[in-house]
Amino acid sequence: MNEFVETLLELTWHEPKSSYDVVIIGGGGHGLATAYYLATRHGITNVAVIEADYIGSGNSGRNTTIIRANYGIPESIRFYNHSVELYRTLEDETGCWIMHANKGLIWMAHTETGMRAERSRVQLNNACGVETLLVDPMEIKRLCPQIDLSGGGRYPVLGASYHVPGSTARHDRVVWAYAQGAMQRGVHVLQGTRVTGLLRDGDRVVGVRTDRGDISAGVVMSAVGGDVSTIAAHAGLRLPVRTHPLQAFVTNGYAQGLGPIVSSTDLLCYVSQTARGQMLIGHEFERESSYSRQSSFQFLQSCSLKMALLLPFVRNLKILRQWTGRCDISADFSPIMGFTGVDGLVITTGWGTWGFKGTPAGGEQMAELIATNRTPDLIAPFALSRFAADHAMADQGSTGTR
Amino acid sequence: MLTITCPNCGPRPVEEFRFGGELPQPPANITGEFERDLDRVWMFTNVDGVQVERWFHEAGCHRWHTARRDTSLDRFVD
Repeated sequence: MNEFVETLLELTWHEPKSSYDVVIIGGGGHGLATAYYLATRHGITNVAVIEADYIGSGNSGRNTTIIRANYGIPESIRFYNHSVELYRTLEDETGCWIMHANKGLIWMAHTETGMRAERSRVQLNNACGVETLLVDPMEIKRLCPQIDLSGGGRYPVLGASYHVPGSTARHDRVVWAYAQGAMQRGVHVLQGTRVTGLLRDGDRVVGVRTDRGDISAGVVMSAVGGDVSTIAAHAGLRLPVRTHPLQAFVTNGYAQGLGPIVSSTDLLCYVSQTARGQMLIGHEFERESSYSRQSSFQFLQSCSLKMALLLPFVRNLKILRQWTGRCDISADFSPIMGFTGVDGLVITTGWGTWGFKGTPAGGEQMAELIATNRTPDLIAPFALSRFAADHAMADQGSTGTR
Repeated sequence: MLTITCPNCGPRPVEEFRFGGELPQPPANITGEFERDLDRVWMFTNVDGVQVERWFHEAGCHRWHTARRDTSLDRFVD
């Protein structure tokens, strides 16, 4: 057993109480981060985080651990840049090692259209105070010598945007850092507890129904990944969210080391190296909406072919394992945070393929929203009401979202 | 889900089809004209179960059809 797990053994796991000030459904990064910031920034500790399985068992433990802020609209750039800054100081703040590593992110384009998109991305990022540089193929070769600039003769690399703050962190450790910080301050984390319904008083949501009994709450927050439409339906709420599977895989160790995170928006795939030296490779989400977590051979085939064209050395690696997560893809590809129009129910969803990078900022801002009962400026553009107001936040600025 | 049965062409590989998403069906309890339009354009039932959805046979007969699929198992049902 490693040192990190031993520190966790001092945590106290509680039986559910009948009532809390705040009940958070979903013990992933967002739910636990919200509980952590409620406790540390606002002194609200009469909080329960309810998790159907074990904490971090959903998308928080299935993502590809990339942290970045090179988005395509100013509101997103500001929000994710705040998240990048919180990640940078998270180890000092929590005292937990999350294996945060700043690597830089090469975001390659293979077409003139792609280059045009990267040029405007660089302009917009810099205007919002985020360091993203336009780099030519020779500079790409210097940053990452393994890249085949001819793209296997099929996808020549024309250039890239290089996002300097691009980082990775160990996703389980982020989840556990927040869980530990919250639990040490008195937050109850209820694992293996499934929410089966919401308690209503007229139109108001006043608690949750679980398979371990009813729990009443001043505020209920849904931080559910994958099943959010089901939770919302309990409150008669319909969401602009569809659930799509997203697959990823890792190879065995690559001894030489890959420096930066490498990504191609035209080929819709990306790779980073884990602390164990494995190549962690991801892809766009599946076109068909589905709740199935079935992994497919077809994905392995198409994704490893593309990766072998860009980084020829991966041909010599073996695929160790693959897995699938369920992404909540919102109708405009941006997250949905804040009030729902149903009293007593707030929501954080629509995280799609970028929930991990938004975890600290999402948690911090939702905690402020719950504590002050008003929407913080940073997340005001991401309210659910934006769809009725015709202010969709269309931003397909992700490798996985096109 | 490796094959899809097209009403015109019979069982064909899934790669030939394009997914058209769930059939927009605003619930009956939404009555206002604006609210129904809003729901039709933006909202989804996104059910964990049998979903009525549209498929386009792009590499075949070039026709749309409606099918029912269990989204939790990823299997078509009758």
